[in-house]
Amino acid sequence: MADEMPTWREYPMAAIILEPGSTAKYKTGDWRSRRPVLDSSKCLKSKCARCWIYCPDAARRVDEDGYFEVDLSHCKGCGICARECPPGAITMVEEGE
Amino acid sequence: MGKRIGLEASLAVSEAVKMARADAVAAYPITPQTHIVEELSQMVADGDLDADFMVVESEHTAMSACCGASAVGARTFTATGGPGLALMHEMLYIASGLRLPIVMAIVNRAYSSPISIWGDHSDVMAQRDAGWIQFFAETGQEVFDLTIQAFKIAEDKRVLLPAAVNLDGFTLSHVIEPFDMPDQEEIDAFLPAYEPQVILDPDKPVTMGAVGFPEIYTEIKKQQNEALLGAYEVILEVWEGFEKAFGRAYHPVESYRTDDAEILISIAGSTACTARVAVDNMRDQGKKVGLVRTRLWRPYPFEETRAAVKGAKAVAVMDRCLSFGGPGGPICSELRSALYPLPEKPVVNSYIVGLGGRDITLQDFYTVVEDAERVLSEGPPDEYQYKMIGVRE
Ligand code: SF4
Ligand code: SF4
Repeated sequence: MADEMPTWREYPMAAIILEPGSTAKYKTGDWRSRRPVLDSSKCLKSKCARCWIYCPDAARRVDEDGYFEVDLSHCKGCGICARECPPGAITMVEEGE
Repeated sequence: MGKRIGLEASLAVSEAVKMARADAVAAYPITPQTHIVEELSQMVADGDLDADFMVVESEHTAMSACCGASAVGARTFTATGGPGLALMHEMLYIASGLRLPIVMAIVNRAYSSPISIWGDHSDVMAQRDAGWIQFFAETGQEVFDLTIQAFKIAEDKRVLLPAAVNLDGFTLSHVIEPFDMPDQEEIDAFLPAYEPQVILDPDKPVTMGAVGFPEIYTEIKKQQNEALLGAYEVILEVWEGFEKAFGRAYHPVESYRTDDAEILISIAGSTACTARVAVDNMRDQGKKVGLVRTRLWRPYPFEETRAAVKGAKAVAVMDRCLSFGGPGGPICSELRSALYPLPEKPVVNSYIVGLGGRDITLQDFYTVVEDAERVLSEGPPDEYQYKMIGVRE
């Protein structure tokens, strides 16, 4: 593995990342021990979007019905969305359950 | 051609920054600041320098702001010293790690406690390993010249590292000296505008300072280390160009009356002026004494240092910094390391002088030379690692 990685000469200077938005390629979903589960029947009609605004990992996406679904390949399971959701439409459940 | 004027060394730094056409200056008026940034803020306020003068709330922020300014491609300067430099500590590593060619004047001062704002080299020695190019100036003219040179060296695309010019607090910073002040056109010809390689630009986004996992951190540090080592050749090249343009020669190590010298005094900073008088006086008494002065501190000039002390029987290194419980003053320890691989080398003694603004007198030089003579005739003293000079017992 280490042999296939770039040498010190091959990295951009100071490890500057030249490609915008490349973090999306870095999957952080496997860091999670709990995952947020949305009960869309409780989600506010206004779709207040607090879950989307507060998510520190931009792991919330709008689905075709306008609900904020979770991108589990990036969600780290921090629980902020569940905490901030005004009607309590999001619950955190243990992974594996 | 330029003109000869009298000027305080601090103000000469400000003048150099103005003539370098700096775009950004960040500073905090910590005690002790100097006239350097005070004058720069005046220059900006008067419209004499077209720069952003960022008044920040701490030295940590001053260096952070410098990092940001440099990252968007601004020619960036700050000045600090003593506790202010200590407060910058974390950000110094970020500046060098991000390869930002910030130039900083460090007005060298002691650290508290007891509270001291007076000169010694404790502040910069604590930042020795921060990855900055570092120079020690002896005179005001040198401070001015090094500041101009520092921008050219730091911004060279083979280097891209921050650079610090050290000047002794009070004994140099607050002293009025005669200067050969070049014309703006001469500076412009020597120091063209900074051409950054990669900048923060919303239209062409990049990420600077992202996380470096263990798999890549070592490689990035290797890059940085190679850049600092490689800066050496660029420094020599810039000094050669400077000599051609302005007629003043610069070398990593400056030697004075070292031919045939048996005992050499080694020192950095403005104290070298006094050292030369002491050397002359001892020469008049028939003692074979010379002086070597460290100008370039990082990257360390191994070859020049070895060449400078070659043939001497003893070197008395006078450090203005105490490495508590360590192997000697920092300049001495590094000299010993540089000489260690050589089969033939002088005895190297470490003397601690001039702490917290204590005057370094002619007598101090005579004392260390006498001590070096005694070591040569009788063998190493009891306190071989280092000896504090001028302490009342
Ligand atoms: S748990 Fe945290 S990371 Fe996952 S979607 Fe909610 S806020 Fe985002
Ligand atoms: S925070 Fe709750 S109510 Fe608001 S959009 Fe998200 S899930 Fe719906």
